[in-house]
Amino acid sequence: MRIFDPHIHMTSRTTDDYQRMAEAGVRAVVEPAFWLGQPRTNPGSFTDYFDSIIGWEPFRASQFGIRHHATIALNPKEANDPRCRPVLDLLPRYLAKDGVVAVGEIGYDSMTPAEDEVFAAQLALALDHDLPALVHTPHRDKARGTLRSLDVIKESGIDPGRVALDHLNEVTVEDAREAGVWIGFSIYPDTKMSPDRMVEILRKYGTERVLVNSAADWGKSDPLLTVRTAEAMLAGGFGAGDVDRLLWRNPVEFYAQSGRLDLSDIEEAEATFAGNSILRGGS
Amino acid sequence: MATLDVLKNDLSENTNLRDDLARVTKDPNAIAGLFPAARRRYGQEPLADGWTTDEAARALLLAAAPAEQIGEVYRYGDTAEKLAVLKALPLLPIGDAGVPLLEDALRTNDTRLVAAALGPYSDHLAQDTWRQAVLKCVFMGVPLKGVHRLAERADPELGAMLRAFALERHAAGRDMPPDAHALLDQLKEA
Repeated sequence: MRIFDPHIHMTSRTTDDYQRMAEAGVRAVVEPAFWLGQPRTNPGSFTDYFDSIIGWEPFRASQFGIRHHATIALNPKEANDPRCRPVLDLLPRYLAKDGVVAVGEIGYDSMTPAEDEVFAAQLALALDHDLPALVHTPHRDKARGTLRSLDVIKESGIDPGRVALDHLNEVTVEDAREAGVWIGFSIYPDTKMSPDRMVEILRKYGTERVLVNSAADWGKSDPLLTVRTAEAMLAGGFGAGDVDRLLWRNPVEFYAQSGRLDLSDIEEAEATFAGNSILRGGS
Repeated sequence: MATLDVLKNDLSENTNLRDDLARVTKDPNAIAGLFPAARRRYGQEPLADGWTTDEAARALLLAAAPAEQIGEVYRYGDTAEKLAVLKALPLLPIGDAGVPLLEDALRTNDTRLVAAALGPYSDHLAQDTWRQAVLKCVFMGVPLKGVHRLAERADPELGAMLRAFALERHAAGRDMPPDAHALLDQLKEA
């Protein structure tokens, strides 16, 4: 089983997590820029963070054979702090990087006017830089936040096939599906979505344009819930091909729209394993 | 050996680069968007002397911009960009103004950046900084064969540091890498 986690905050995770993820079949991750537990107070704090998720984290991941890409944005919560806003002017530098495969996480937290403005400005940046967009839906007032996000996405003129709307659930999935965006689900230990609920959603809607992630971060979360979801799918009657589509080919397809997704290291390693004698003991 | 003229000649057919160099000459700030996109805009083919198209293009972009842009490009660079800046430093007419960038690279825990900081431009590093850098390579397992002028610059003080390190490793039941032992032997003979 090969797993691509399209949304995970590795900067909050330990090397033990990388080890366990690699052993469980996680070969690729995307780390979206987001808020940390402690609010930031200046643009420099963001750029050091961006440097980390395009520099240090890919290096750390590579030591475990995991390919790491990032998405870059000013998150909706900190968009409300005028001290952080100037980071918007620095985003184009980061959106030009080879390892940046989308603008994100953008979207809403409390649906303020400042969030409206920053969300729209960053969808425009996605269009300028020919990048897909990863949109977070709010944890509070989620249903209205989802509808409002879909309106802003529509107004921006971005192709909905280049947008992933994330952290959806049974209540919000239908509207997102109809709007033509990719629908994302974050599998969490207690909140957001569970593996068994996810299997039910897949039964109803299929695997097309669906992304499943662990969204593991500094809160109570688990980087292996992608794997647990795959297991629940198999136990629930889905085939290995469905699992591979949902947890590998779908995220590859979504982020490959950036033209920058580079999985050559992993494909080489797999090709070596499958077709070369070295890893089979020279026979 | 690569020089800016050689690299320019190697890439003379690259029309994207020719246009972009003209842009940067006119508007130095354009380098902020072009430098990170080098692989996608100019390719990544191997050239002579261990260079690739994107690295050579990045060196030429830096040469086309005012010297004060070099620090900015490095500051906002991802790892491949930082490596390209470090590789370009000895070709640029900047004296020892690039030393802070080497010192920045040496503070990281990324073996590629630490190794790149010890290329030809490390001639500008003060001897005590250089010794610490070599010892850090040994500690991180970065091969010493890439350290510029290692045999010439290694001195008894570095020898003392390596011997102390070997003792600590020995106490922990571990060994020092063979290339560090070879360097110690060379220093003993001198």
